[in-house]
Amino acid sequence: MTNTDHIYNILQEVPDPEIPVINVLDLGIIRKVEFVNEKLEVTITPTYSGCPAMNVIEQTIREKLISEGYQNVEIKTILSPAWTTDWLTEEGKQKLLKYGIAPPVGSSSNKSTLFAEEKVVGCPQCNSNNTTLVSEFGSTPCKSLYKCKDCLEPFDYFKCH
Amino acid sequence: MKENLLLDYLLQLGDNALVLGQRLAEWCGHGPILEQDMAITNISLDLFGQTRNLFQYAAKVEGKGRTEDNLAFLRDAIQFKNVLLVELPNGDFGRTIVKQFLYDAYNFLNYTALLNSTDKQLAAIAEKSLKEVTYHLRFSSEWMIRLGDGTAESHQRMQTALDDLWMYTGELFEMSEVEKELVKTGVAVDLEKLKSDWSKKVREICDEATLKVPENGWMQKGGKTGVHTENLGFLLADMQYLQRAYPGQQW
Ligand SMILES: [Zn+2]
Repeated sequence: MTNTDHIYNILQEVPDPEIPVINVLDLGIIRKVEFVNEKLEVTITPTYSGCPAMNVIEQTIREKLISEGYQNVEIKTILSPAWTTDWLTEEGKQKLLKYGIAPPVGSSSNKSTLFAEEKVVGCPQCNSNNTTLVSEFGSTPCKSLYKCKDCLEPFDYFKCH
Repeated sequence: MKENLLLDYLLQLGDNALVLGQRLAEWCGHGPILEQDMAITNISLDLFGQTRNLFQYAAKVEGKGRTEDNLAFLRDAIQFKNVLLVELPNGDFGRTIVKQFLYDAYNFLNYTALLNSTDKQLAAIAEKSLKEVTYHLRFSSEWMIRLGDGTAESHQRMQTALDDLWMYTGELFEMSEVEKELVKTGVAVDLEKLKSDWSKKVREICDEATLKVPENGWMQKGGKTGVHTENLGFLLADMQYLQRAYPGQQW
């Protein structure tokens, strides 16, 4: 079988190991799926250079494809164009919100380097916009830590990158 | 010959990221508050990621079977070509921030210039890294201001750190022989061209932080030619211990 649609269906079942409610397609890190001669090539791109999840993701994709009968698989990694949060799908953003992580606000094209205006990030628990940034660096490289001033819950924000 | 130059250049870039990342990792579990502990170790992780990209490419360019791990764990101090600034001890949190800021301001400009490198893979690594370094610079700039324009005690400590570290900033713009050659083909960055933007940035933040930018006096150098301070040896002994004591050991 050389149907790439089938491959995409399989990839839907490969979760992000750190945020398991979204899969690698939601995350937008799959750049290309193609059959080259008899070999299946899947091209992925890292979210962050030091993201420790990338090795796990690569391994899970490989195992999943092999278990579905694709023995000849190569996982390639490319760095350019660099991943940004714009690659997250709409569906992915909705899943994040439901899971309690505020999805990125706006586009990543804001290039200002210092004191970028603080964005209005809605609280995933109570929808309030009365929130404040606690730290740019959160529990994983891709998240910042926020706090809701209304319901007082701290929450993760998938930072715009 | 050309390959060797590229290899040396990649190692130089990677050594800066690796050594600074290792220094920052020393803060793990020791940050002044939890959020800053996580911030510093996140930055460390970014730097290790950048090191991996650079060393993986270096290993490929060399093509002699060495891996990224060999390059990190099996070279001696004299073979490291990082600038002296990144190997200096952390000191207190304020000193760590000053060191980080002076380097981030340089690193941001360097990666921005590398986006136009004629070496496509290097430009791709720069594109990826720049996104992360942008966050680093924002973090260290904010803390420069907060602590510089903070209490009398924090101000004094920041000013002292800035005065002490200043003599290590000249080397950031010192061109190595490798860089001079690779600038001709558009692979490497002409550091001379970054200097005025760097000075501008440093002055802007220091002004806001009420810190006095030191006069340019005697500048310390040597890291880019492998002549290091005694600090690097201790850092490597710590970092390389496992692979040295148990060669080939894996997780
Ligand atoms: Zn809330």
